[in-house]
Parts: sequence; structure tokens; C-alpha cells
Amino acid sequence: MKFVDFFSNAAMPLMIIIIILYGVLERKKVFDIFLDGAKDGVEVVFNLFPTLVGLFVAIGLLRSSGLIDLFCRLITPAFNEISFPTEILPLTFIRPISGSASIAVATDIMKNFGVDSNIGLIASVIMGSTETTVYTIAVYTSSVGIKKTRFVLWAALIADFVGMITSVLVCRMMA
Amino acid sequence: MLNLVWPIFIIISIIFSFLTGSVKQLNSSIFESTEAAVSLCITLVGTMCLWSGVMQIAAKTSAMQRITSFLRPIMKLLFPKLKRESKIYQEISMNMVANILGLGNAATPLGIKAMKSMQEENNNKKVITNEMATFIVLNTASIQLIPTTVIAIRSSLGSENPTAIIIPVWIATICAACAGIIATKIFIKLGK
Repeated sequence: MKFVDFFSNAAMPLMIIIIILYGVLERKKVFDIFLDGAKDGVEVVFNLFPTLVGLFVAIGLLRSSGLIDLFCRLITPAFNEISFPTEILPLTFIRPISGSASIAVATDIMKNFGVDSNIGLIASVIMGSTETTVYTIAVYTSSVGIKKTRFVLWAALIADFVGMITSVLVCRMMA
Repeated sequence: MLNLVWPIFIIISIIFSFLTGSVKQLNSSIFESTEAAVSLCITLVGTMCLWSGVMQIAAKTSAMQRITSFLRPIMKLLFPKLKRESKIYQEISMNMVANILGLGNAATPLGIKAMKSMQEENNNKKVITNEMATFIVLNTASIQLIPTTVIAIRSSLGSENPTAIIIPVWIATICAACAGIIATKIFIKLGK
């Protein structure tokens, strides 16, 4: 797995250098453009902040009251059959519905089981490889007034499901 | 959605903790949670700023067109009916590139533009077309070169190797996208 490690480490620096070289060779004012974009980054995070506070509190309550444990214990038998780690289940349910709520749940899982633990890795990979399906479909269809979405939700949920199973399998191979 | 889920989460947790006697832990979790939200945002800001800035450079150079031309064979496979010169084709490619580069803010408006152009050619304005369906499923698959947000969260939690997930994410995303597209094509063939 040395190879995977190397590429995972090199991906970000490589992209940065390629993009900056592009900018410099095309004689763009790279730093001005950078600042322009970086401002957007601040905005994105600060717009996210109130949502995160609300959701972190709700998920903290769910966990500390013992409800998440209870829920996991109740559905564990079904998922043990296919050896899917039940610690991840809350994330798999919330991920297609809400982006910020899934950030809160994933962070909670990573903190509880350790970022670099296998569970933490799986939660990270699921977050990185899936999208807020229901929200995305709603935004795109409502923007043009589509009422009948036919099979889209099912196809997208199949994609999410495959993405999540693959995340678990890949992380298991890495461990 | 959250207007429904959020109050339910809070109400049932508090009632449940009163019933099971875990009020003390529940109470302290409120303050831990708000603090966790603050520290996550502070650490997120750094990575998100850096990446949005770098990606803005990518968007302003010809790198964008270069990647768009890479997509040509894939586009042909996914949208066989679209002509390469058409406006829709351009808009869909731009949306895909913005997604790949992780420019979420740019991707959504571009995607809505593409949807509007596809709607113009739609005979039944209330019902989604095959092209629209393929396009949306592709967008829900989150094809992204660098999963910035997760990396930022991982580093904020003190991970030894925050970027270790990049290749696993690529593998999972590609599998998810392929599954989504195959499912879409099958649904279309079945005439759903």
C-alpha cells in the first residue's frame, strides 16, 4: 500500500504546482486571482457555521442520550450478516439527505473512534465519495420546474449504496 | 427536511435521556458540541481558503478547456444524442469540470444553466428527460479530484495522514458513478 500512500500524499502538491505553473505561463496575476477565490472559501465556511452549531448540538444530544447506541444495537444483527460496520450506519442514513448534517455525523464518528482508525477512514471515504443526493436532485429539478423525476432518485441511491460498500471494502484492504 | 429532522432529534434525545437517567452527560454534551462546531470551522477555513484560491486560478487559465477536452470520449458515451457544438454539451462539460476540481459554488449555477438548456428542448416540461436524468445522477456521484472538506476535517481532528483517503475516495467515487450510470441506462432501456 506504499504506492497508494505516495499518490495520496502527492496528489495535492502536484495539483497545486500544475495549476500555478499554468497561471504563471499564461501570464495571469496569480496571487490576485488566488485572493479572489480564497475570499469565497471564507464565505463558504462562515455560511456553514450556524448550521453546524445547530446540527452538532442535535447529534451530540442523540449520542449522549444513548439513542445512537440503541439504534445501532437494534439494527446490528441485520448488518452483521454482510459484515458492514454498524458504527457507520448513522452516516449512511443521513448522507443522502443533508450535507451539513452528514459533516456533523462524520466528524462525530471520527472523533469517537479515532480519525485514523478503520472506522474513521471509512467515514472519511464515504464523505469524500458520495454527495447529498436528495438535495442535488431537488435543486436541479426544481430549478426548471420538473415535477416527475422518474427513476432518478433510485439510480442515484444505487450509486450511493455502491459507493458506500466500496468505501468499506477499500478501507478494509488498506488496514 | 431539516425543519422536520432537527426538532425530532432534539426532542427525542432529551426525553430519552430523562427516562434513562443520562441527563448529566446530555447536559455537558451541549457545550462540547458548540465548541466542536467552532473549532471545526476555524480549522476548515484555512484549507477551504487555500483550495478555493488555487482552484480560482485553475478556472481562470486554459486548464479548464484542457480538462474539458479530456472529457470528450466520456461525454459521447453518456450523452450520445448531444452534438459537440451544442450549448448544452458545453454547459454539461463545464459543470463536470467544476465538480472534478471541487468548485462546488461554480458547479451548481453551471449545472442549472445546463438544465435550463435541456428543458428548452423538452417536449413535456413537467417530466424529466433521459439526458437530464443522466446528468443529475452524474452530479450526485460527486466526482472530485481532491475531497477538500473531508481532508480539512481530518486534519482538524489531528489525523497523522489527512490525505491518506484520496486514492480510496477515487476508487469509491468511480465505482459509485459507474453504478449510477449503469442503473440509469438500464432504467432508460426498461422504459421507466
